Amino acid sequence: MKFQGTENYVATEDLMVAVNAAITLQRPLLVKGEPGTGKTVLAEEIAKSLGKKLITWSIKSTTRAQQGLYEYDAVSRLRDSQLGDERVHDIGNYIVKGKLWEAFEADGEAPVLLIDEIDKADIEFPNDLLQELDRMEFFVYETQQMVKATKRPIVIITSNNEKELPDAFLRRCFFHYIRFPDADTMAEIIEVHYPGIQKRLVAEALNLFYDMREVSGLKKKPSTSELLDWLKLLMAEDLPPEALRAKDAKTAVPPMHGALLKNEQDVHLFERLAFMARREGR
Amino acid sequence: MFTGFFYKLKDARVPVSLREYLTLLEAVEKGLAGYSVEDFYYLARSALVKDERHLDKFDRVFSEHFKGVIDLAEGMDEVDKTEIPEEWLRKLAEKFLTDEEKAEIEALGGWEKLMETLKQRLEEQKGRHQGGNKWIGTAGTSPFGAYGYNPEGVRIGQDKSRHRRAVKVWDKREFKNLDDSVEIGTRNIKVALRRLRKWARTGAADELDLPGTITSTARQGWLDVQMRPERHNAVKVLMLFDVGGSMDDHIKVCEELFSAVKTEFKHLEYYYFHNCPYEGLWKDNARRWNEQVSTWDVINTYGADYKLVIVGDATMSPYEITYPGGAVEYWNAEAGAVWMQRLLDHFEHAAWINPQPENWWRHHQSIQIMHKLMEGRMFPLTLDGLDRMTGELNR
Repeated sequence: MKFQGTENYVATEDLMVAVNAAITLQRPLLVKGEPGTGKTVLAEEIAKSLGKKLITWSIKSTTRAQQGLYEYDAVSRLRDSQLGDERVHDIGNYIVKGKLWEAFEADGEAPVLLIDEIDKADIEFPNDLLQELDRMEFFVYETQQMVKATKRPIVIITSNNEKELPDAFLRRCFFHYIRFPDADTMAEIIEVHYPGIQKRLVAEALNLFYDMREVSGLKKKPSTSELLDWLKLLMAEDLPPEALRAKDAKTAVPPMHGALLKNEQDVHLFERLAFMARREGR
Repeated sequence: MFTGFFYKLKDARVPVSLREYLTLLEAVEKGLAGYSVEDFYYLARSALVKDERHLDKFDRVFSEHFKGVIDLAEGMDEVDKTEIPEEWLRKLAEKFLTDEEKAEIEALGGWEKLMETLKQRLEEQKGRHQGGNKWIGTAGTSPFGAYGYNPEGVRIGQDKSRHRRAVKVWDKREFKNLDDSVEIGTRNIKVALRRLRKWARTGAADELDLPGTITSTARQGWLDVQMRPERHNAVKVLMLFDVGGSMDDHIKVCEELFSAVKTEFKHLEYYYFHNCPYEGLWKDNARRWNEQVSTWDVINTYGADYKLVIVGDATMSPYEITYPGGAVEYWNAEAGAVWMQRLLDHFEHAAWINPQPENWWRHHQSIQIMHKLMEGRMFPLTLDGLDRMTGELNR
């Protein structure tokens, strides 16, 4: 059982080592990296390449650890009791399973559990899940029942670094930082997404793209997913590669920049640069 | 097995624990590292390092431990790679090339041709910075930097670098700029400041208090809805910003800090001063001469429960702090130190944020004076510094 990337996902060697270590030792894998470098997609691709089911638990600022285990639906029980429903006598009817429970109880092969953007939740959130992720078991107080994973799921956790994660939590994970792909890897990624795309267009686009990332003062640097969108647009418009190279003279703002720059300040910055380039050119 | 390595990591302040070390050993035992050093490097990195800030340190220790490269000293900067004199290259190459490689050079067109190629590569590197893993070793492996000589620095041969074998991955030190939180932005600052939270429920009761409702319903026997006010961050912060003069160099980072604090704290008051707070502060830089607020008023308006945060580089002439009349812009009847002391006497929780790098502080007399006045509560404007500051203010 080894993860080696898929036809849709270019995995670097270090990423493969980290993923395989996490799978073999059955520890969670914590993945960080710039936005748009494919953190979430990674879990999907692992599930796909290993032929497992993917269970996604997306974390929000209001998510509590308990919600991943189970929730006790007191309101419907209250309603049922008012209506004299027979179900009311079994408290088990009102226990709503969370994503973690779902993953622990999955039939057949152990699934892949993605805990997405764990840093969105409260600071204490990861600490509340320590035992559960470590031992892969938890206790349901309402029904006095122990839930234990029959097969340990593969746990992938992503973080955008908005909060520091507690040390005790980190110690139990493997960690991988997806760094921004270099031009070669990027070309591979593009090839995977748009097979048979014009080589020259890619080369020009990449040049421009990496130049753009070098511009200092950008609020949000364009990332992989934005580059892919942009290329799609370029292909749809059928722009010749030469159009991208005309940057020396009038246009420092690349064509279809809307896909790359997501912030009006950044667009202004480029317009200013273009203006200055024009003035110097005269 | 790798105990020496483990301790070296600890010495280099990479936070590693026994548990992580055991995980690594377990992984190695299960054959995850395979038989290649690179796989072992990746494995060790993913098992031992849990924060991208420490990746660079890890790379350095790894390179030092497993290759015997010496320098671990902090802050070593590479010699500008693009300005290496040609003679050096020539000399080094001559010294360290095997006969076989020399033959290869001949095949390539001799020394002149080689130097030309090298130069061309260097130019390319200057222009693009795509990881620079081509010919002349990047970052860590620069043969001319503090690292000492690395024979792999000048590498001759076609295309061997394609799979990044020519330069060892850990020596590329790609994570260098993630180290030590040099990059600081509004978002990061907000996260750092979040530690300065004090939850309190005040104001209108507009949130359903579920546990309260249940308790009182059970007690009364009928549905008794309880409301409570929403939770707010009740911490109160008074900030004084140094503007103008030497602070101009730090405008961007100060703006970011300002926008972060403005959204993070509900009870935020701010004033400006120049170089050192004296008897007057102001709120609007454009009208600073006619709309000054007396510092006494500030002290009397805001209670001692406000946390005082002063942002300034404290870089000035020492007289501006210690002598009456020392201020650069006007005549101050009382010395800056006196005013500082008054502020500090009133505001029990105080800190000074200094955008100057911490290791410069001891070169400026005025910073030292201020540091002493603040009783050591001066922190650099880095994420780490802000963290320490919030810790101090929360005490």
